[in-house]
Amino acid sequence: MLEVNRNRSMKIIFSIIAITCLLFTSTAFSASEKKPYKIGGIFAVTGPASFLGDPEKKSMEMVVDQINANGGIDGHMLEAVIYDTEGDPGKANLLATKLINKDNVIAIIGPSTTPTTLAVMPKIQKMKIPFISCAAGNKIVQPINPWVFKTAQSDILAVAAIYKNLKSKNIKKIAIVSVGNAFGESGKEQLLAQAADFGLTITKSETFGAKDTDMTAQLTKIRQDNPEAIVCWGTNPGPAVLAKNMQQLGLDIPLFQSHGVASPKFIALAGSAAEGIMLPTGKILVAALLPDSDPQKETLNAYVTDYGKKYNAAVSGFGGYAYDAVKILAAALKNSNGDKEKIRKALESTKNYVGVSGIFNFSKTDHNGLSPKAFVMVKINNGTWELLK
Amino acid sequence: MQEILQYLFSGITNGAIYAVIAIGFSMLYNSTELINFAHGEFVMLGSLCMVTFFGSMHLPLIPAMMLTITCVAVAGLVFERLAIRSVKHPEPIVLIIITVGASIFLKGIGMLLWGKDAYSIPTFSSHPPLDIAGAKLLSQSIWIIVIFLVTAVGLQLFYKKTLTGKAMEANAISKRAAWIVGIPSKLMVMMAFGLSTAMGGLAGVIIAPITMSSYDMGTMLGLKGFCAAMLGGLGSLWGALIGGFLLGILEAFGVGFVSSGLKDATAFMLLLLILYVRPGGIISSADANRF
Repeated sequence: MLEVNRNRSMKIIFSIIAITCLLFTSTAFSASEKKPYKIGGIFAVTGPASFLGDPEKKSMEMVVDQINANGGIDGHMLEAVIYDTEGDPGKANLLATKLINKDNVIAIIGPSTTPTTLAVMPKIQKMKIPFISCAAGNKIVQPINPWVFKTAQSDILAVAAIYKNLKSKNIKKIAIVSVGNAFGESGKEQLLAQAADFGLTITKSETFGAKDTDMTAQLTKIRQDNPEAIVCWGTNPGPAVLAKNMQQLGLDIPLFQSHGVASPKFIALAGSAAEGIMLPTGKILVAALLPDSDPQKETLNAYVTDYGKKYNAAVSGFGGYAYDAVKILAAALKNSNGDKEKIRKALESTKNYVGVSGIFNFSKTDHNGLSPKAFVMVKINNGTWELLK
Repeated sequence: MQEILQYLFSGITNGAIYAVIAIGFSMLYNSTELINFAHGEFVMLGSLCMVTFFGSMHLPLIPAMMLTITCVAVAGLVFERLAIRSVKHPEPIVLIIITVGASIFLKGIGMLLWGKDAYSIPTFSSHPPLDIAGAKLLSQSIWIIVIFLVTAVGLQLFYKKTLTGKAMEANAISKRAAWIVGIPSKLMVMMAFGLSTAMGGLAGVIIAPITMSSYDMGTMLGLKGFCAAMLGGLGSLWGALIGGFLLGILEAFGVGFVSSGLKDATAFMLLLLILYVRPGGIISSADANRF
């Protein structure tokens, strides 16, 4: 009996030795090809925010492919693990956990919307993972969370761009109309907060529901105080209804919209009522109109051609958020050897990075890194965009 | 004065739409005691069919309208045949849950067929708005009110003057008594479904030019129409009319005099209040002049 037992244990020991040898040789073989860097992506690929998430996912995949085709980063290939949040904060949180614990990613890009980003942030801080959000809300980078960065332009900058334009037109009295959701509320907050800095008086601040069919009542109320301009803050389709109602009521004052409707879809929805509307937008929308001297022109053209070639579709500014995020992250990954603290430090010290959404200058106190120059004002003229100086 | 008139116009326009939706709810409730929570989705179907027929295919207005309403009514009949009539134990609660399921299903179909984008179509005619004492009455509002009046009068005539209409009314009052005198109850229920969903389609058609049509527009409209029907008294044609206009006008005045943020709240608060005082609605079914 004893003999048999000894034999068996010898066998086990041998097999263990054999397996370990095999394992070691296999790692020895692959040593020439370094382990890939895994980066995570969580976007609202489907659901109501899919107009954000879908181009973001595609842009991220495109940049990762481009980087890998050029030999990766310090010899490490990039591997993107992308999940769909469906725009749901709860799901976003679960997926972030999955990326961190199961997929062992070294950095995360996304989510697409402000609520989903805010839902994920506590976990990011706890797990200490470099994180670049593609959402617009100010709350993401204010107050500063050391691990959280974002590439989308903030409302602050959009409001500043509109107000600067109003000031140059010598307009003093405005009324604002905003949609009753997170985007509208955040815009309204900024519009009210910055008005005094530009010498503006806000006569009325009205709201409308995201699905409202008629806004003549709000406009009638606004008309009573004769404002010189109206600023509307919302995403399609509400602002288009408002533009139509203004035309129907014969309310002939300048209408400013937010960057939330900066897409050809808005012109299609509002039709002739879109004429003369002014709005701030990232430069991507008017890339072809920019003067050659514009520092972003080259980057924008590269993105527009690459994206068009790969997906046979027109670009939107939203995909650009993810495009910038991956590129900035790739630059930070250089010489980091996958060390998260090193990546974070490199992200924080990114300077003069020329991206699709603007020129990024991150610092300890600014994790968005953009200036009001990231926005240009455009006017809708004959069904297309016209750059305002 | 000018403002009050403008609020009133805005309210009447929305009210007419709510009323048409409410009529659909009431009509079906009357003959089947069923609340069709998928009704809003038929409004969506009507609106999006109109986008296709009138907006993309450029059919003339009247054929496009007829085609849209027919399509929606057929969808309603198919829904009745497949999902409602085939139920083994048709208890109200089971049927209501089925309509909730159908609502989600129809929304999905709408998303697959038309995508997630919103669409807009031109108004039926491009007249400039009428100027009445400084307030503007939009051309589409006039269309909506005229179409609404024609429909209301047409329905009234149908129920009071034609044999089929009378048979439907009889079936609504007492199924058993109607059966005894030889009225085919199943056919009447089917017709009620067809008419009710056609009303939904009509609401979608007239609303398409003033708002943006998208696959997810139905739920809120359905809810408002249901509110209007409850407000007026479920099961009564006049109740649906009064409820619809009251809701629309109150919403508009709520925006004008209270706050635009409280638009929906004012309307729903009023609903609670009226239902508290008169649980059956303004024209409660006990003393209601049924269809």
